[in-house]
Amino acid sequence: MLYIKCPYCGLRAQKEFSYGGDATVKRPNINEEVPSEDWDNFVYMRKSPRGKHIELWQHIAGCRQWIKVQRDTATHEIFQTAKVTEEIR
Amino acid sequence: MSQPFRLNKEGLINRDKKISFTFNGKKLFGYEGDTIASALIANGIHLVGRSFKYHRPRGFFGAGVEEPNAKLQVEFNGHSEPNVNATEMELVEGLSATSQNCWPSVNFDVGAINNFLKMFFPAGFYYKTFMWPKSFWYKIYEPFIRKAAGLGVASIEKDKERYEHKFEYCDLLVTGSGPSGLASAYAAAKNGAKVILAEDKPRFGGTLLTDDVSIDNLSGKDWAEKIITELKSMPNVTVKNRSQVFGYYDHNMLVMFERVSDHLEKKSKFTPRQRLWYIRAKETILSTGSIERPIVFGNNDTPGIFLSAAAKEYMKVYGVLVGKKPLIFTNNDSAYETALEFKKNNVEPIILDTREEHSSELIDEAKSKGIDIRFSHGVIVANGYKKVKSAKIGKLNKDKNSFEKIETVDCDCICVSGFWTPSVHLASQSGNKLKYEEKIDAFIPDKKKQHETSVGAANGSFTLEESLKHGFENGSNLSAKITETKTEISIPNVNEKKYGAHDKFWCMPLPKNENPKRFVDFQNDVSVSDIEIALSEGYRSIEHVKRYTTLGMATDQGRTSNLNGLQLVSNIENKIVPEVGHTTFRPPFTPITIGTIVGREVGMEYMPTRKTPMHEWHEKNNAVFVDAGAWKRPRYYKLGSETLFEASKREAKNVRENVGICDVTTLGKIDIKGPDAAEFLNRVYTNAWMKLPVGKARYGLMLREDGIVMDDGTTTRISENHYHMTTTTAQAANVLSHLEYYLQIVWPELNVNVVSTTEQWAGAAIAGPKSRDMLSKLYPDLDVSNEALPFMGYKEAEFFGVPSRIFRISFSGELAYEINVKSDHGMFMWEKMMEVGKDFGNQPYGTEALSTLRIEMGHVAGPELDGRTIPSDVSLNGLVSKKKDFIGKNSLGREAFNVESRQKIVGLIPIDRKSSIPEGSHIVQDQNAKLPNPKLGHVSSSCWSVENNNPFSLAIMKDGKNMIGKKFFAVSPLKNKSIEVEVISSHYVDPEGKRVRS
Repeated sequence: MLYIKCPYCGLRAQKEFSYGGDATVKRPNINEEVPSEDWDNFVYMRKSPRGKHIELWQHIAGCRQWIKVQRDTATHEIFQTAKVTEEIR
Repeated sequence: MSQPFRLNKEGLINRDKKISFTFNGKKLFGYEGDTIASALIANGIHLVGRSFKYHRPRGFFGAGVEEPNAKLQVEFNGHSEPNVNATEMELVEGLSATSQNCWPSVNFDVGAINNFLKMFFPAGFYYKTFMWPKSFWYKIYEPFIRKAAGLGVASIEKDKERYEHKFEYCDLLVTGSGPSGLASAYAAAKNGAKVILAEDKPRFGGTLLTDDVSIDNLSGKDWAEKIITELKSMPNVTVKNRSQVFGYYDHNMLVMFERVSDHLEKKSKFTPRQRLWYIRAKETILSTGSIERPIVFGNNDTPGIFLSAAAKEYMKVYGVLVGKKPLIFTNNDSAYETALEFKKNNVEPIILDTREEHSSELIDEAKSKGIDIRFSHGVIVANGYKKVKSAKIGKLNKDKNSFEKIETVDCDCICVSGFWTPSVHLASQSGNKLKYEEKIDAFIPDKKKQHETSVGAANGSFTLEESLKHGFENGSNLSAKITETKTEISIPNVNEKKYGAHDKFWCMPLPKNENPKRFVDFQNDVSVSDIEIALSEGYRSIEHVKRYTTLGMATDQGRTSNLNGLQLVSNIENKIVPEVGHTTFRPPFTPITIGTIVGREVGMEYMPTRKTPMHEWHEKNNAVFVDAGAWKRPRYYKLGSETLFEASKREAKNVRENVGICDVTTLGKIDIKGPDAAEFLNRVYTNAWMKLPVGKARYGLMLREDGIVMDDGTTTRISENHYHMTTTTAQAANVLSHLEYYLQIVWPELNVNVVSTTEQWAGAAIAGPKSRDMLSKLYPDLDVSNEALPFMGYKEAEFFGVPSRIFRISFSGELAYEINVKSDHGMFMWEKMMEVGKDFGNQPYGTEALSTLRIEMGHVAGPELDGRTIPSDVSLNGLVSKKKDFIGKNSLGREAFNVESRQKIVGLIPIDRKSSIPEGSHIVQDQNAKLPNPKLGHVSSSCWSVENNNPFSLAIMKDGKNMIGKKFFAVSPLKNKSIEVEVISSHYVDPEGKRVRS
């Protein structure tokens, strides 16, 4: 079980969190024309890297904040966590 | 009742307390502190089981966790537990043990015929023998194999015991209380660290209990006791025996299995049987010791053959002799200690040492005591079927591949030692890549992967002096980094015997024309020839050899077989062991009970039960409940001997004709506040929200970004910047996370807050033509006319003195209202409604009637919004704004969503107007068509239409809008039904929606 440092609450067990996918995906702006290729990329296309990955987790059984977690998908090592408004590296 | 193999005084058992038990029906006794194994051996019983594949007689081989053979079915304290390790299970009064994998008995086992048919059971026989004909596998081969092979029998009784989970955090977890573990724990404890010391066995001390050593002039055992006593007295230390750390998981989480009360004769009601500890340790000391390796020889699985250290442990700990005419077969010095121990107890051993004649401290001592030592000798084959009677021994030539002399000697046990294998399981589980240590011919941990530090024998240090030194140093250094305190500890003086070098020799050759089985893996019956076959058939990777032969895949995880297997492969392949590599170690290290994994999460505690404030009333009024997620909802209220069908029909009919009330507390409710709330809703929902006035509700549809409908519900504008959103019961949690995602990540600039209020409000729907009349009685001072409170209207008013919210919304399609009061007032509201409703024919209705009402109205719910439908599929495209942007809008333009023949919701009625259509049925053109029959759609929801008095279903059908009036078959292979149906509109009742507005 992973040990994830919530930037708001501190180190907590994985079972308090819910996984939320790739954190580097950016939603096209609302009320703006979006080329369909960009839209398809946003909705469907995800990388599945082996190694470092910045992902979203939500502290659902805690403060309910969505957070960023930089994790190694192969070893589960967590390098850094941050608020969603903060940049990771 | 004498115990022929019990020594008079040796051992740590309590001779004042006799314990009676039975083995295969025979009444026996042992002493407190015995294991099943030690008590049986004391009684001269060695044959305890039959092997997995060949049903060969098997006895004890080890004295602890390494035991591959002695797995018994054990009944105690009202349990029947299979596959219990007889060498680990402590004796309790009244325990009854029986042999497994044998029929009719362990002495006469019909399955032993396999031993004589062994040419048919070589490596990979599963893959070869049972391949043809194909249909035989399921019908004949597999059931037969399942019956013939296999371990014990799982109980089908409900487990009445209590199991617990515990979460613990510590600075240092020490796994194993041998010398290095004790030293580590002690040093860390002195530095003020929070320490947990776990010992698998009942007694602390590990090898200190059996080795002839002294520390600071105390015997090993006394020193261990002194340290443990001191550790127990320290508030920062938790000391646990009977506790096996069996798994090393991510981020330094270790899981420990504690046998809390299996050894107790009596225990209090709330004492758990076993406990699972989740331990998050900052640092971990792996002081798991090492396990003795056997040397492979002919018929080496015969009962009476032991690991040499196990034989010593039986003498020193249990006061039991494994035999009175022992042969000691070794390639190293450690077995000499066993020989000396036999000698001390007036038993004359013969030592067969594969090494050439030489001298060492132990050899010299054995010689001086007059022990018969034969160098360059080994056991070729053990004789005896159910017990060793003699052994054919041979003098090895210089190359150790043939014999200079062969003779037979009498013996009643053979104690074998092929040197030591560090227990690196936990280190490997932590992710540590192991490295091969040439000096000891075994793998030891390499560079740290997590926070694991292996010490002592687990790290390949086989001397006490080194183990203690490493223990003290690592315990002190690791803890000092955490506590920032360093207490100086002087490392004690050690007196131990020095071992000479071991012989790199693990498998006895066979004389010409002799071909007895030589087992590498006892538990899975894998022999030398099996490994040879696998290699000759082209398997090269050790992982493949493992799977093909099943080497090391039994419940003992190959503790005594892995390295011998690797040595064999490397010899045959002419590679060195590190090139062959090792297989992966996975948790659990030892088998653990399912009960412990489950813990308290069984029955009612499996997950939380959510009850509405009116739950007790429903219970009292014969509600039959249905699970809706964690919620309990009344499915119907049973009157007399009514069935579900009758009751739901009555309830639904009453809503259509009079009025009914339904507990809708479980609907998800989300409070939305903030100046940008309207803008936010406008982006979340597909329809327009900017112009919704205060005091009005609106039905809304939300999509996922891929255009699929996510959820629907009504949202009401309570005040300027305050909205009350409802979601379906099932999607409540997902919708909240979804909203939080957009507010926190995508549009943080929106000034809006959301919070779940599901449990803050109790809700009741009042539905039916008489609902307004009933409402006016509930709110005598309020104008509830159609003009004052129109469809989708909202009012706040006092409900008999308590604040309430009135929403004029409808799920049933009837004139209807939903009343919300604070949860605490839920029961009060409900009872008042029942009281006032009497005059209007009010009856409560459950979810089954609720479904009937919505289905015949064509209102969609979960079965239609199944994660595959877009708004137009369920005829909700009218709610999709063309003017504004919203979540998922861009996806709706996708080509597949806009083809002419796109699926669409339709209604179905059976041609005979009688046969109900099973939900999940497939719609096909021709019920007799050849398979695969093209599927045109599926039935999503079915009911008995109370309005039209015949079955009615909703279905999602390809090209649905052009299918009205056509006839098809709805087939359900599951229910074995095929019903001819006609396609009609999905709005079967009140298609114009007049009633809700009346």
